[in-house]
Amino acid sequence: MAKLPEQRPETLGGYIVHGIPFPVETDPDSLAFLKRMAPLQIEQEYRITYLHSYGQDSPWFAAASNRRLLGTQDPKSGYTYATPRGHDMFSGEETRWIDITERKAHVHAFTVCHFGSEEFLPETPFVLALIEFEGVNTLFLTRLMGVDPLEASLDWIGMAVQPKFLRNSKLKPTDVYFVPAKA
Amino acid sequence: MRPVFAVSGGVSKFAKARPDKTFQAVVKEAYDYAIADLSLDFPGFTSVVDGSVASYFSDHFTRQLMAGIMVQDYLGLVPKPGHRVEGGGATGGLCFQEAWKSIASGHMDVCLAYGFETMSHVETWKGNEFIALASDISWDYPVGGFYSGYYAMMVTRHMKEFGTTVEQMAHVSVKNHINAFHNPYAQKKERYTIQDVRSSPMVAWPLTRLDICVMSDGAAVVILASEEGVRRIEAAGGKIPRPLVRVTGIGRGTDAMRMSDRPHVDFDTFLRDYATEQERSSNETRSYYKKLWDHGTRYPGVHSFRAGRAAGNMAYKHAGIADPLHDLDFVELHDAYTSSELQTYEDMGLCRYGEGGPFAASGKAFMPGVDYGLKLPEKPVCPVNPSGGLIACGHPVGATGLMQAVFAAWQIQGTVGKHFADSRLQVKDARRGAIHSHAGTGTYVTVSILEREA
Repeated sequence: MAKLPEQRPETLGGYIVHGIPFPVETDPDSLAFLKRMAPLQIEQEYRITYLHSYGQDSPWFAAASNRRLLGTQDPKSGYTYATPRGHDMFSGEETRWIDITERKAHVHAFTVCHFGSEEFLPETPFVLALIEFEGVNTLFLTRLMGVDPLEASLDWIGMAVQPKFLRNSKLKPTDVYFVPAKA
Repeated sequence: MRPVFAVSGGVSKFAKARPDKTFQAVVKEAYDYAIADLSLDFPGFTSVVDGSVASYFSDHFTRQLMAGIMVQDYLGLVPKPGHRVEGGGATGGLCFQEAWKSIASGHMDVCLAYGFETMSHVETWKGNEFIALASDISWDYPVGGFYSGYYAMMVTRHMKEFGTTVEQMAHVSVKNHINAFHNPYAQKKERYTIQDVRSSPMVAWPLTRLDICVMSDGAAVVILASEEGVRRIEAAGGKIPRPLVRVTGIGRGTDAMRMSDRPHVDFDTFLRDYATEQERSSNETRSYYKKLWDHGTRYPGVHSFRAGRAAGNMAYKHAGIADPLHDLDFVELHDAYTSSELQTYEDMGLCRYGEGGPFAASGKAFMPGVDYGLKLPEKPVCPVNPSGGLIACGHPVGATGLMQAVFAAWQIQGTVGKHFADSRLQVKDARRGAIHSHAGTGTYVTVSILEREA
């Protein structure tokens, strides 16, 4: 049985305090006493909005918002990327777009995240998976749905899967996710 | 290249949070220790050091750009030359090697490598978010960016491919935590069992909280010197233990940021480009690997760290090491996860690919004379992470690789008992050791060899 938590989570936030204890006089003894003072800590907020460009990868997101899954391919060698690269890693040549929506796909590796980065904590537990495609040399990182995250099993590796697309695109790689393939 | 010696080092107390001091003052703790260990004072060392290399990973954690120059200033090193290096979790290892280059090239005779990280300034899960930004923010981070998740995916593939078990991984956690029980610098001092590891909260299946290192505040410094630098330090009144500790090999490797892009090469390519000399020259090992490939294994995929293999092979060639398991007296490696220690055994040639699990539970990587409460089938051969590693010591990223260098230098000096006030972790007659520093999912990896000067 898993151990029950014995500690409450630590969070920031709280009251604003006015008036910090400090010696009334700044005589040598009082100043020397400051060496024994505990540190003061303040909260600093930092928010920023970035304008991120998908650059040469942009067509992938346009495709996903139209329910197509694209990869890229070196035109000469045929080396194929499930996660698109604008240029081939071996030849340096510009790649071309190919449609891999209908390719047979399987789970190559996975995990169930019971914790996560702050942004994704509300979504836990969720399943991350690397997907392999028939005739494609590299993998694709995605969310796997339709499996019970509390019943994780190595048997999931090799499972046939198929893509599903969000109806309302967010222009993120999570516009596509995978589910167990229908027989 | 000129001979390079690691003449002194210091490590601050690693802790969950160090609000008592600013990051500059935490570095000075480690710095003061290192120069005091040379029997020099602050002005005395300032007069002999030529310059520095600074190591810290993230500007996000401190919300302070150019933190390195603030440390350089605080240590009284301006206007001497200095620069910052950054390469994720391998930042400390890269810093050590950049300082090595400064000496080996003749650019400097005495060089200070210092590293630090203050990870406590944000909450744990925000810290995990910062770390996850060290993955492709177009393709990886938005899917659920979480480093523990990335490593967990890598090890599920290792388990499927090679039959590795969670109990084998838990042996690493038990070993490293119990080693750290004798290390006063360690953040965690706990005696765990295999059951404790498995029953601790699941973080990213199959990795539990005790399979994963913690975030830390801390600093470490290493002082490197040429033969002329050694003479200069001693002429200024410094005392350096003999025999000297010489850095005899450095190696580095890299790999694609996106795990999904890592290749899956065929058997012949593996043998030609990645096998160790030892593996290549053994008929039995070639046959072993052929069977793996016949069953579908490809390299490195996501189950192995190609950068670690490249770094190890390069460093071993540089240092003249043919049989790492027997030619090294100890290894301090980057065990951010129990799984990555097990995978690194294979990358560094301590065992063959696919044998990391049985190796972890064999006893070969354990310290002799330490009671782990485990029935281990074999005797220690090459202790791995005798200090307790990242899992128990903590992982203030920029300091970690330098902490390893300090502990390795003390092992070879034979001064662990003096520095730890406990000789239990001194590897007997340690002549040669390796330190291994590793960045996110194996993107940058460094291996450096330290050994006793003949």
